[in-house]
Amino acid sequence: MKLILDISFSSFATGIHEWLVGAIHSEGLVKVIEMVIAGLALLVFLVPLCFFLGYMERKVAAFMQVRLGPNRVGPKGSLQIVADTVKLLFKEGLTPNASDKFLFNLAPVIVVVTSMLVMAPIAFAKNFQIWDISIGVLYVSSISSIAVIGILMAGWSSNNKYSLLGAMRSGAQIVSYELSVGLSLISIVILAGSLRMSDIVMSQENGWWIFKGHIPVLISFVIFLIASTAEINRAPFDLAEAEQELTAGFHTEYSGMKFAMFLLAEYINLFVVSAIAATLFLGGWMPFHIGHWHTFNFVMDYIPSSIWFLGKTFAIIFIIMQFRWTFPRLRVDQLLTLEWKYLLPISMVNVILVTVMAIMGWHF
Amino acid sequence: MKEYFGTIFRSVRSLLKGMKLTGYYFTHPKEIQTEEYPDNRATLTMFDRFKGEVTMPHDENNEHRCTGCQACEIACPNGTIKIITKQELQPDGKKKKAIDTFVYHLELCTMCNLCVVACPSDAIVMGQSFEHSVYDKKQLKKVLNLPGSKIMEGVE
Repeated sequence: MKLILDISFSSFATGIHEWLVGAIHSEGLVKVIEMVIAGLALLVFLVPLCFFLGYMERKVAAFMQVRLGPNRVGPKGSLQIVADTVKLLFKEGLTPNASDKFLFNLAPVIVVVTSMLVMAPIAFAKNFQIWDISIGVLYVSSISSIAVIGILMAGWSSNNKYSLLGAMRSGAQIVSYELSVGLSLISIVILAGSLRMSDIVMSQENGWWIFKGHIPVLISFVIFLIASTAEINRAPFDLAEAEQELTAGFHTEYSGMKFAMFLLAEYINLFVVSAIAATLFLGGWMPFHIGHWHTFNFVMDYIPSSIWFLGKTFAIIFIIMQFRWTFPRLRVDQLLTLEWKYLLPISMVNVILVTVMAIMGWHF
Repeated sequence: MKEYFGTIFRSVRSLLKGMKLTGYYFTHPKEIQTEEYPDNRATLTMFDRFKGEVTMPHDENNEHRCTGCQACEIACPNGTIKIITKQELQPDGKKKKAIDTFVYHLELCTMCNLCVVACPSDAIVMGQSFEHSVYDKKQLKKVLNLPGSKIMEGVE
């Protein structure tokens, strides 16, 4: 048992680092090689993850709509997404004649790159993080809002009225909901006293913030879920795509692999948002502990930290998927009413409550 | 103020209600309605009210109930049914109208059920079969009365 526990992601990473330091004497070269390895590892992790999320989404949607979902390709339809990807690979990547070709081809790259950049400060397991930056939460919230530039770029350069409408809606939406996301993140930053992701995780050693922080943290968790669903343009906030109104919104004109990149970015964003929520509110890779039940806590410690992290993340992904397949799409005015009249005032009051709670030390 | 919080409360309650329903469907796969058609062909049963095609039931003596009154032909909105009648010699020497061929053009039929409703002697009913695809259009023209069939005793 001890042996299994020793083989963790962090020991693996340390092993690679020590081997590289021993083999190469230039410190700069080691850094570069490690960056390349980290990037490749991220890609190797993300592509199967997106396959799985696509499959999961279709199955969850099917079960919630009393259907079976994909069940032809592979066992229980598990290879359906692989088949779809192969289909997209063989499709022609069409660029419309009247489009702004440079921006048109640049937009999907920007969208994918920004969503991948947000992965950097996420702690996947104990001591296993690509970049433990001291302003982790700020970094996440600022980088994720760059994606709107890619979406606006896609909508504008397509030279298509549906694309432009979708992109403009998306812009209005992300700019407004960014505020609520920021404020709900701030409430955890206040409690943890740090923007660094690893510090926030460590501050939840004796209990996750959602349990320690009473009702205010619960409110900010719910606000974070709602607002981040809006920020990643998922239903019921998918006005940017709105296939019934705008054919496909900002990616109407995209086909083949460029379209697949938007799809990839959508699923990476879903994962990132859930990972952030899991890290900040549900304790990241921290195991679930109950007060003084030492045997229970001991057993919980034996579950690897990566399993804890992925389990929490997928639980939140499931909730966001359930949002999508339960709620009808909001109108534009309802979307803005929800943000400016409800979420923003509530989260502002909530931040004050959390601050008072943190100052008085009322949390556990 | 009361209205503001009331709206929040009501909306959260209704959203949770919706999520409860989808959650129920997600956790109860036995509710799934999908028929895996080509796979369950052996056990597939259609609904009683399913209208697949017009059929004319014959009993074991190869007798049907059609009197050749052509009410179905008149009722049909798109000329799906053509009835060719003949004069049949009765045992008592009288001649009586009877059907020679009951032609049914499946390719024109919209399964509207009007012919079945119009029939005074319940000679035609809607069948359950729905696998009608053929390679030749001519095969869709069907003769519903079986060869050598007669009208049932006592059906006027």
